[in-house]
Amino acid sequence: MRVALFVPCYVDQFYPNVAIATMQLLQNLGVDVDFPEQQTCCGQPMANGGFEDYTAGCNKNFIRSFTGYDYVVSPSGSCVLHVKDHLHDASNEAAATTVRTRVYELCEFLTDVLKVKQLDVSFRGRVALHQGCHGQRGLQLGSSSERMLPFFSKPMQLLQMVKDIEMVPLLRGDECCGFGGTFCVTEEAVSAAMGNSKISDYMQHNAQVLTGTDMSCLMHQEGLIRRQRLPIRVLHIAEILCGNS
Amino acid sequence: MSFTHTSHPKAAAEFVQNTNRMNWHDEALWFIRTKRDRIAQTVPDWELLRQQASEIKAHTLSKLDTYLQQFEENAIANGVTVHWAADAAEHNAIVLKLLQKVGATKIVKSKSMLTEECHLNPFLEKQGIEVVDTDLGERIVQLRNEPPSHIVLPAIHIKKEEVGQLFHEHLGTKKGSADPQYLTNAAREHLRQKFLAADAAITGVNFAVAETGGFVVCTNEGNADLGAHLAKLHIACMGIEKVIPQTKDLGVFLRLLARSATGQAITTYSSHFVKPAPGAEMHIVIVDNGRSTQLGREDFRNSLKCIRCGACMNTCPVYRRSGGHSYHNAVAGPIGAILAPNIDMKEYADLPFASTLCGSCTDVCPVKIDIHNQLYKWRQVLTREGHAPAAKKAGMKMMASVLASPKKFSFSGKMARRMLRWFPKLAVNGTLNPWGRQRELPKVPDQSFREWYKQHKKETK
Ligand code: SF4
Repeated sequence: MRVALFVPCYVDQFYPNVAIATMQLLQNLGVDVDFPEQQTCCGQPMANGGFEDYTAGCNKNFIRSFTGYDYVVSPSGSCVLHVKDHLHDASNEAAATTVRTRVYELCEFLTDVLKVKQLDVSFRGRVALHQGCHGQRGLQLGSSSERMLPFFSKPMQLLQMVKDIEMVPLLRGDECCGFGGTFCVTEEAVSAAMGNSKISDYMQHNAQVLTGTDMSCLMHQEGLIRRQRLPIRVLHIAEILCGNS
Repeated sequence: MSFTHTSHPKAAAEFVQNTNRMNWHDEALWFIRTKRDRIAQTVPDWELLRQQASEIKAHTLSKLDTYLQQFEENAIANGVTVHWAADAAEHNAIVLKLLQKVGATKIVKSKSMLTEECHLNPFLEKQGIEVVDTDLGERIVQLRNEPPSHIVLPAIHIKKEEVGQLFHEHLGTKKGSADPQYLTNAAREHLRQKFLAADAAITGVNFAVAETGGFVVCTNEGNADLGAHLAKLHIACMGIEKVIPQTKDLGVFLRLLARSATGQAITTYSSHFVKPAPGAEMHIVIVDNGRSTQLGREDFRNSLKCIRCGACMNTCPVYRRSGGHSYHNAVAGPIGAILAPNIDMKEYADLPFASTLCGSCTDVCPVKIDIHNQLYKWRQVLTREGHAPAAKKAGMKMMASVLASPKKFSFSGKMARRMLRWFPKLAVNGTLNPWGRQRELPKVPDQSFREWYKQHKKETK
């Protein structure tokens, strides 16, 4: 099994620890992981901004980086969803299709491909989970409260394998945090208001730690938390699951 | 009432500024969303029902011309006069002519988003005709000289104390009274006079049934019935997408509509109109106003499935925190943002960007419109059609060139981290960078992951 690690551009630059944790987590589970070094970005920042037409170069580079692997795994539901929905290459659509079907978000790779049943790690603290919308509703990492289907959550399933962890219930568990890519600056007021609603939900439930499947959502919420000097630590789910946090 | 144009981000920022009101607005709508969840849970196979509704609509849209003609034929056979309007202006002219023919000067109108879309009220008022909106929420916004902020709950942005003040000024209720029961009674008294004096009634249409030529109007207040039964002239206005094939399809849509809209099992009144009463006239105006253009846009066709339940607004975290007026269009919220650019791309170029693409609207929609995907697609169309700001375009082009090249990416990543470490205040506190107004930037690490990987490659293997 040849597995490539796809590290979102902003994680690479600002959250190397999240990528390291992801790599270690996979290695702990016996997976041999490669990091194709010419990778850059999935192109989502342009595409969500309405400039899908500018993503051709990015797409080509992505396909070049990840062709030949059985699985491409990434610690970001949002970037994975973007690749699955929008990675195309007019000059080599077959290669694009192959990559599109082989890309997995980290949690779903663990639950669906590796079929992880136990993790030998522990974590002390009251933890709130923010499942990013793109992972949850887009990739179906978890059921959404709008749809009348039985509850499930792949990230939660994994977190419950962690010893000593205490997951806190939330009032509006799957409300969007307001990051939304360029939305976080073009609609700064609403974006921050949405993030603050999430944070007050965590505070009301005495959460000590906020975790999630998408560092972008967490970066936005962490920005608000740190500005307000609130006692909440922010960790990507890989950092908890790898046992090094 | 029509809108003066302020872009969504600006109007939304104003709405957010009043934190208490924003939170109150958010909670009020979230309450309705949870009410909807509770009642949807009681319906076995809710998801199947949505699927069925979506497919009936898809089928109908694929044969819209046939069903519309069938509807017209049957309606005519029932003794109803049918009119066709290509756009808002034609619609308004037809309504005016019908009113003038009988010399009507006092009109009662129940809720109709179509007439809002066509700006019928100001048009008729200019001709010296009085139009009274008889839905309580609509009457409230009408008295405030404002457009509705929500398609189902037109006055959801107004607090009861403000209604008390408004009614004190216009209806002479006691000063300072905000008791909903008292105020509703006052409105009822006031509207009763209007109903009795009306020369004609205008209603909307929720569903037009092709096989019978009849139509259904859903209200909670019975105001459509009261108006239509008392006046000698009933004009029902509908968009071409309101037609459904058969009466039995109502069993699907009526079950979904009120549950999705307000969390009720069914609207208090689901009134079936088939033919005029003896001595009275009934007219139906069927309006296109851009709908056939939307039907022709493959990516956006599904937006015509909408049954105007408003659930996508109640669930939308952006709508709840920016208010309906920030969308400067008759239909606000996520659905408004995919309908409006069809009519005027330039005017509404901001709306598809007023979303995080969280997808809650898509999951809540009773007819399964892929709303957030259409928002994404509108962004691409608007950009291609030249409606993106030049500075954004230049920035995106630059970003694209960096991200297409591993070398440029590594280099600029390093530079960006260095800049942030050397001049952190630059990025954080400046008004130039909206990120930093309320948020810290991430702490800058010494190394990127790729730099770390280069060093540790050997040991990690
Ligand atoms: S788009 Fe769907 S959820 Fe929104 S108003 Fe229309 S039917 Fe209701």
